[in-house]
Amino acid sequence: MLTVYDTQLASRLFLGTAQYPSPAALVDAVRASATSVVTVSLRREAAGGNAGGQFWSLIRSLGVSVLPNTAGCHSVKEAVTTAKMAREVFGTGWIKLEVIGNHDTLQPDVFGLVEAARILCQEGFSVFPYTTEDLVVAERLLDAGCRVLMPWCAPIGSAKGPRNRDALRSLRGHFPEIPLIVDAGLGRPSHAAAVMELGFDAVLLNTAVAKAGDPAAMAAAFAKAVEAGRQAFHAGLLEPRDMAVPSTPLIGKAVFA
Amino acid sequence: MKLTVNGEVRDISAVTLAELMSELEYEGNWLATAHNGVIVHRQQRSQCRLAEGDRIEVLAPMKGG
Repeated sequence: MLTVYDTQLASRLFLGTAQYPSPAALVDAVRASATSVVTVSLRREAAGGNAGGQFWSLIRSLGVSVLPNTAGCHSVKEAVTTAKMAREVFGTGWIKLEVIGNHDTLQPDVFGLVEAARILCQEGFSVFPYTTEDLVVAERLLDAGCRVLMPWCAPIGSAKGPRNRDALRSLRGHFPEIPLIVDAGLGRPSHAAAVMELGFDAVLLNTAVAKAGDPAAMAAAFAKAVEAGRQAFHAGLLEPRDMAVPSTPLIGKAVFA
Repeated sequence: MKLTVNGEVRDISAVTLAELMSELEYEGNWLATAHNGVIVHRQQRSQCRLAEGDRIEVLAPMKGG
């Protein structure tokens, strides 16, 4: 069981709800992933429209927790206001806090992120900060009141997988008690297994599942990889060696010469 | 008076945010509102008085990553 903000979660896979070929494909992927948490957002509603209401009904029918985001926010004010509006709509104090600093890389503005996190934590939010793998920024976020960290492993939607394993390993080593969730950049189940093997507590995925040829099958594959990586971390991984080491015993080997 | 609602300029006769929601047929308890960049909670909309040039945002749940 994973515990975040005093909530126990059965699954270590958080799943995004965007970019699926259809609402039915989203539902199938959520079920196949066995996720406990899906991410959602807030966008403008057309006058007289009901798109948001229909989407919200669909999400509620899934029986999972929701983690609203502040995606697309480029300032502290935007992110804080969006978080407050999300709390009213979704009825949760959980917020995936994104303060974007660069249009091309979608990397977080870590300075604005820390400032927004401090404001929201003081107002009682449970903040899940989308951050980089920078150790000092992580410390500042914890000082601001965050009790979960969500470092990227590569740019959002890039599918590149872990680019800086040393830094991810360092985060794990420095914060053994803080839930660490890799958010963004995972492209394949093997990427998810790799970060789980490093001891990360969970992963958050969207594009890799939603844009797969068969989103439900890919969601199931990721779920297995997350589970396998977690189990391997607990089982104790063999460290790489520079030289070959025979696995078959040499004692008792016949001599024919 | 002219207001900007979700980025579009509109001619509105409503004088409060609650009236504006009715006038534009915004219905449902899943909507969140902001007035000039500040959140207006559902129960405060009838006290939120509008003025020429105000900016209103009406947001709803949407897919997200």
